[in-house]
Amino acid sequence: MKCVTVAGPPSSGKTSILLKAAAVLAGRGQRLGVVKFDCLASRDREAFAAAGVPAVVGLSGALCPDHFYVCNAADAFAWGARQGLSILAVESAGLCNRCAPHIEGVLAVCVVDSLSGVDTPAKIGPMLRLADVVAVTKGDVVSQAEREVFAFRVRRVNPRATVLFVSGLTGQGADALAHVIAAAPETPTLDGATLRFTMPAAVCSYCLGQRRVGADHQMGNVRKMDFSEVAP
Amino acid sequence: MTGSSREMARPFKELWRELGASRDFFAVQGLPAPAPEATPEAYFAALGEAVLIEAGCSREELAARFGKFLAALGRIDAAPPVVASMTVRGGADKRGRPETLDITLVPGDVVALVGPTGSGKSRFLADVEWLADADTPTGRRVLLDGAPADAARRLSLSGRLVAQLSQNMHFVMDMAVGPFLCAHAESRLLADPDRAAAEVTALANELAGEPFDAATPLTALSGGQSRALMIADVARLCASPVVLVDEIENAGIDRRRAIALLTGSGKIVLVATHDPLLALLASRRLVFSGGAVAHTLETSPAERRALAELAALDAVLTRAREDLRLGRTVAAHKETH
Repeated sequence: MKCVTVAGPPSSGKTSILLKAAAVLAGRGQRLGVVKFDCLASRDREAFAAAGVPAVVGLSGALCPDHFYVCNAADAFAWGARQGLSILAVESAGLCNRCAPHIEGVLAVCVVDSLSGVDTPAKIGPMLRLADVVAVTKGDVVSQAEREVFAFRVRRVNPRATVLFVSGLTGQGADALAHVIAAAPETPTLDGATLRFTMPAAVCSYCLGQRRVGADHQMGNVRKMDFSEVAP
Repeated sequence: MTGSSREMARPFKELWRELGASRDFFAVQGLPAPAPEATPEAYFAALGEAVLIEAGCSREELAARFGKFLAALGRIDAAPPVVASMTVRGGADKRGRPETLDITLVPGDVVALVGPTGSGKSRFLADVEWLADADTPTGRRVLLDGAPADAARRLSLSGRLVAQLSQNMHFVMDMAVGPFLCAHAESRLLADPDRAAAEVTALANELAGEPFDAATPLTALSGGQSRALMIADVARLCASPVVLVDEIENAGIDRRRAIALLTGSGKIVLVATHDPLLALLASRRLVFSGGAVAHTLETSPAERRALAELAALDAVLTRAREDLRLGRTVAAHKETH
């Protein structure tokens, strides 16, 4: 089975472009399935089901969504193998923009929305920087010039990546996306695989359910900002 | 490997002179900016533990990553893809019947795409964009300079072969016209971005009814001004050899000049339109039906005469619109044919 991690900010169009790519791949006799990691209930499962794409949605609820993802990645892979998928897409929204679900040896796709502003590529972090493919969405409603400037800024942040324009609405670009997904390396297992980037450190009192604000209620891995006055 | 280790021993100021964007690595990774005199070797060796924890990797990994970044930057291809001809060979329609299509387009050609919604125009465009090689649902083949493109070329041309101008497109960036055009020119690594920006602004003003300047915010442009700016920008600053025009609304834009500007810049122009003024400007038109090209029509001399009449009619409407815009009463312009 081939495996691909698909990461991008919330509402960037990850699910839509996966659905379009799945349709192209199905036409070539390849079965794509999706494990989606999310933090709150979403209706994406129905969207996948309606399109005949096997899918599981995992909700992290009160846990850090990215740690939740890593803890379940190998199980997700085993599920995909049991389903007899040709390709498993593991979708996650790197919610703090510092996280990246990308794994060594597994095709890494980052999805960015061209409506999100020209400085976004520089702000997204490892999720984009360490990706093999960057899919730029919603390009069908912005000017050609803005698309080009956006793509250039993506390349400056990650010059290694293949940059594709994919529309989750019209399916434009889905052929190219399906092509790179189908060309992903075979992944024998995720057991023992290595993340391309560390997850953010955690374990402070708030991780354990603390709700009170203020120094008296903080324990563990706590870092303080510098609020010292700058001399005028 | 010797190549990259040589880079690591050169001062940053030299690297920056050759590859300006190599500076971005440090900002993007959240690393402190290096001193111009320092070498990458010395810089990475001196990084503190706190910085490394934040970056999530070791000194060696960071240094290796910088080496890869430099190598990849050197490979970014800013040169425009050059296409002397593009050929589209027919596949099959939605019912599997063969499509009789074999059209070759060269720079300066204008072809209209006509047919109702769902007749296959978007799929045609998708085939062109992805340089279909009998591997899309239509089975079409698209050749560049008479030959199919290999997988690497298809991917590298993805998003760069076809520029689009569509009615659905808007400027969304919070920038003024001048700085935005400079940013676009910089992304093409042009030597004099300011001059290019000024040239595009002047051209756009020639196309649009109402003037605007470099200080006008993009989002404050009227529909007609935006479209004029997009057209001038695609003609002058965009590297794509093929342009798809999806209608040009009748918002005071000189459509004939717009198309002439694109063809004059050596573009192959595909126009998806049912506006007779635009469609008849094309020398050929592809008529879509049932997912395939049903006919290829040449614009006949009779149609060219019809175009002249339609243009005169359009001029009457344009004058009436101008009267309204300027607060005048609409005069009855008597036309004698």
